[in-house]
Amino acid sequence: MIRIPRRWEIPESEVTPEPLYRRRREFIKSAGVFGGALLLNPLAAAQASLKIGAYEKGVVTLDEEPTQEEDATSYNNFYEFGTGKEDPKRNSKRFKTDDWTLEVGGHCEKPGTLGLEDLVRPHPIEERIYRLRCVEAWSMVIPWLGVPLGSVLAAFQPTSKAKYVAFKTLHDPVRMPGQQRAVLYWPYREGLTIAEAMHPLTILAVGMYGKTIPNQNGAPIRLVVPWKYGFKSIKSIVSIEFTEEQPQTSWNMAAPQEYGFYSNVNPEVDHPRWSQKRERRIGDIFKRDTLMFNGYGDEVASLYDDLDLAVNF
Amino acid sequence: MAVSAVLNSARLRPVLHLLCLLPLCALTWAAFNHGLGANPVERLTHETGLWTLRLLLVTLSLTPLRQWTGLAAVIRYRRMVGLYTFFYLCCHFLIWFVADQSLSLLAMIEDVVKRPYITLGFSAFLLMIPLAATSNRAMLLRLGRKWKTLHQLVYPILLLGVLHFIWLTKADYLQPGIYAIIAVILLLHRVIPIRRFAARFSPVTR
Repeated sequence: MIRIPRRWEIPESEVTPEPLYRRRREFIKSAGVFGGALLLNPLAAAQASLKIGAYEKGVVTLDEEPTQEEDATSYNNFYEFGTGKEDPKRNSKRFKTDDWTLEVGGHCEKPGTLGLEDLVRPHPIEERIYRLRCVEAWSMVIPWLGVPLGSVLAAFQPTSKAKYVAFKTLHDPVRMPGQQRAVLYWPYREGLTIAEAMHPLTILAVGMYGKTIPNQNGAPIRLVVPWKYGFKSIKSIVSIEFTEEQPQTSWNMAAPQEYGFYSNVNPEVDHPRWSQKRERRIGDIFKRDTLMFNGYGDEVASLYDDLDLAVNF
Repeated sequence: MAVSAVLNSARLRPVLHLLCLLPLCALTWAAFNHGLGANPVERLTHETGLWTLRLLLVTLSLTPLRQWTGLAAVIRYRRMVGLYTFFYLCCHFLIWFVADQSLSLLAMIEDVVKRPYITLGFSAFLLMIPLAATSNRAMLLRLGRKWKTLHQLVYPILLLGVLHFIWLTKADYLQPGIYAIIAVILLLHRVIPIRRFAARFSPVTR
């Protein structure tokens, strides 16, 4: 029998050497001492999550009431901080986002590693009220604060080889205790086609409800793609890469038959185990009908003219 | 022996009733005090499902418990715990039927047919109805030997329940895994003749 390695299987050579792995706790301890020294040094005290100053109100709005802020910040799927819905809020309390940097690379003319301020500040922060539809058939309406991903990416001058954009979440099992268990393949990975990434509805969010984004919602910077299932909107991003090949995505790696690369909200294509026809808006008891592309069909349907959405789910 | 005195006490039964009703009271209280989080329907569905499984496991541990400890009186409480299992299962079913299916029989049937994890859960529910209906003494006497055969349905029901839980899980199999392991131990106990083995080590001579 020939065993074809799956795309996500890594060669033995890439596995952390055992002696190094065994010393991981010492490493953590020494990192702690080092980190402590940083705390004592006032010069090292750096910016935390982006402070939201002025922003443009209502750049995109909905005629639907936003979800209660308390609900949107206490009911989260963020497995890096635990798999329960209320785990992220509890387990991310001490998560520090100081000195956060984002590495942007791959097929672009001007790759670089930027701090949050440098990445976001050149662009006016906009308030955008979007529906958020989770693959688990619940949904919210959230007033995000962020900047269009397209204008951020344009500054790096992607080349003609940039067909896709790959994103990664921070991988740090000490700061993100949920990563100590192999529930998913860490780091969390997501990806978009370049057209999806450049679409004006796609944003990088740094705030919500008029404030800096809370840790449990993906601080300090996360993606928001309102016409796709929530898991596509990757949180706490540290890396953005322009790629020629379709990038790997964490949920697709975990269950390829259940979570496709596109994962557009589509009431006609069910999840293999449950229906996607209806959803429960948080705050409601009964379910409502799910809208094609989560209600953003007028804006995004043309992106998929040539695709069979039942195959490319 | 002190334990058997407690088991034989007339006061134990009301205490057990209260214990079995405690989850219901806690959930009801939480429901009226914003204690169920952002998605109370989902929370109620999960909690009633979990309590069904827990009580089913308790029901099925009573026979092994008797064999290991020799405390015959524990069996007296098996029917009661079994009926509470069915009670939580009814709550579980009703919440799903009302809030998820909007009381639509058609929608319900569609989901039962199309979604394997719902097929399993719903089958367990259907199978438990005859067990609850024949749980009283009159039915026990009327059915005679057939009663025991009928009530062996509880084993497939347990399997269906555990598979239902595993099948609806997205990625984190820790919790359903724990329930599955306990269920397998309890089922194996029926298959493998541990009885003699247990009797040898049991502190109580029978």
